[in-house]
Amino acid sequence: METPTVFVSIFLFALVLLVFAPIMTWVERKQSALMQDRIGANRASILGFKALGLIHPLADVIKMITKEDTIPTGAHKLLHLVSPFIAVAPAIISFAVIPYGGTYEMWGAHVSLCVADLDYGVLFIFAIGSIATYGSMLAGWAGNNNWGMLGSIRVSAQMISYEVALGISVVGLFMIFGTLRLTEMGLLQQETFRLFGFLEHFGWVAQGTAWIDWITIPMWGLVLQPLPFFMFLTALMAENKRAPFDTPEGESEIVAGYFIEYSGMKFGLYMMGEWIEVVVISALLTAMFLGGWTLPWLPEASIISYMTPLVGENMANVAAMVLAVHVFLIKVIVLIWFQMLIRWSMPRFRYDQVMDLGWKILLPLSLANVVITGLGILIVQEVTR
Amino acid sequence: MRTALFWVFSISAVASALGVVGNLRSPINSALSLVVSMLALAGLYVLLEAQFVGLIQVMVYAGAIVVLFLFVIMLLNLRGSGTRGAELQPIMKAIGSLVVFGSTLWLVRTLAADRAPWPDVDAGFGTTRAMGEALYTDYVLSVQVAGVLLLAGIVAAVVLAKKKVD
Repeated sequence: METPTVFVSIFLFALVLLVFAPIMTWVERKQSALMQDRIGANRASILGFKALGLIHPLADVIKMITKEDTIPTGAHKLLHLVSPFIAVAPAIISFAVIPYGGTYEMWGAHVSLCVADLDYGVLFIFAIGSIATYGSMLAGWAGNNNWGMLGSIRVSAQMISYEVALGISVVGLFMIFGTLRLTEMGLLQQETFRLFGFLEHFGWVAQGTAWIDWITIPMWGLVLQPLPFFMFLTALMAENKRAPFDTPEGESEIVAGYFIEYSGMKFGLYMMGEWIEVVVISALLTAMFLGGWTLPWLPEASIISYMTPLVGENMANVAAMVLAVHVFLIKVIVLIWFQMLIRWSMPRFRYDQVMDLGWKILLPLSLANVVITGLGILIVQEVTR
Repeated sequence: MRTALFWVFSISAVASALGVVGNLRSPINSALSLVVSMLALAGLYVLLEAQFVGLIQVMVYAGAIVVLFLFVIMLLNLRGSGTRGAELQPIMKAIGSLVVFGSTLWLVRTLAADRAPWPDVDAGFGTTRAMGEALYTDYVLSVQVAGVLLLAGIVAAVVLAKKKVD
């Protein structure tokens, strides 16, 4: 990728992140209020102007930054300082490999809406995510607090357990798409297959029956691998440690868990990390299971070729790019909303329930999925030969 | 650029490896030095065009195995080396480090006799596809043997744990 377009992508990705992170706090407040039949965040105001509670994120930031930054006695000062950054940085870095759109040609330049289009894109996110464990683990230990310590131990056990299921649950998807590159996955998910094509293939209906060509289904990951979508979402949510998987911070038993000794913006960084990770989870699921930046039944190439006679090739590409980013963001927002729904509907799991779900349900199911998907691929190959 | 990165990664790998054995105050610090060492090694792998190996290094070693080390250290709440023979430890560590360092130096000097400046490889090298093809065609027997070994390990762990539960 050429240098100027990298800057375009980085600008876009920074913009999305910076816009999303504070708005997430507002979304969370408003949605929890809606679901619990309350009025919700509506107190912060500037000169009586409330903007539906949108001033609250600003008030949060001012409060966090001006609060006293305490370091407990006996704390490991360096680790206490760096842990919040280790927790937040991986979430932000993960965005580097997520594609917001395809590659577009305009005025002689290739514009790719993916900062780093890596061959091992998904693995990169897993690897970076596994580093985030340290941010939470060391936080509890460095604070020299017994509650924090318990939180650390829970965090490490939980994150190790779910990393296993996280990786294996999507192996089936990799087998079908034959790639780990997220941009390639997006392109493959534009294609469609005929739902009743097998009737024609086995000769149960006559060749060239019209209605068979009409009923097509997009090859979204969600259609091809419906169960892994939910397993992957569960594992990702457990990695993110939000309710119902928030045993590491369980305030009724261990006060606040691993970040108990943090105040001010360092505490804020943990909250920010969680919210950014909600966005990462949604973006990753969108790219892998929901067709990424593409519209179902409407391949990007045909949008561009349809618009070219109307507005010229360059503007057609620009239009397709703008459309792609919006489609991607809408899908991401729907998934964020879905995660908030889960977070505010479910009570916190007990600790052994969290472990049981990871090891006794998700892991065997995802292993079975690998075998079944392999069989399915072989059967399809055999039949369509 | 590559040479500069090579020096950054290798110096931090060696320095943090020394930190693992040289740290007497707390086992946690040693484990953290080990993480830095692992990450620097992953960087070296990526520089050698073995991106997949580098990523697996981060995922498995830095992201899982050392987390388990830390987990055990925290669970047992080890603070400082208060074990028997602690006064002998610095000497043992020094001897061990010197032996490893010396033998590695000898190995590197022997291997470096006819080395190329930087590996000159084709575009597909080190990708997941190339790794997968190599593992499941040329080295399929090794993969199977490793699989059986891991299975044996899992079964052994279950048997050991079950004895305690019963």
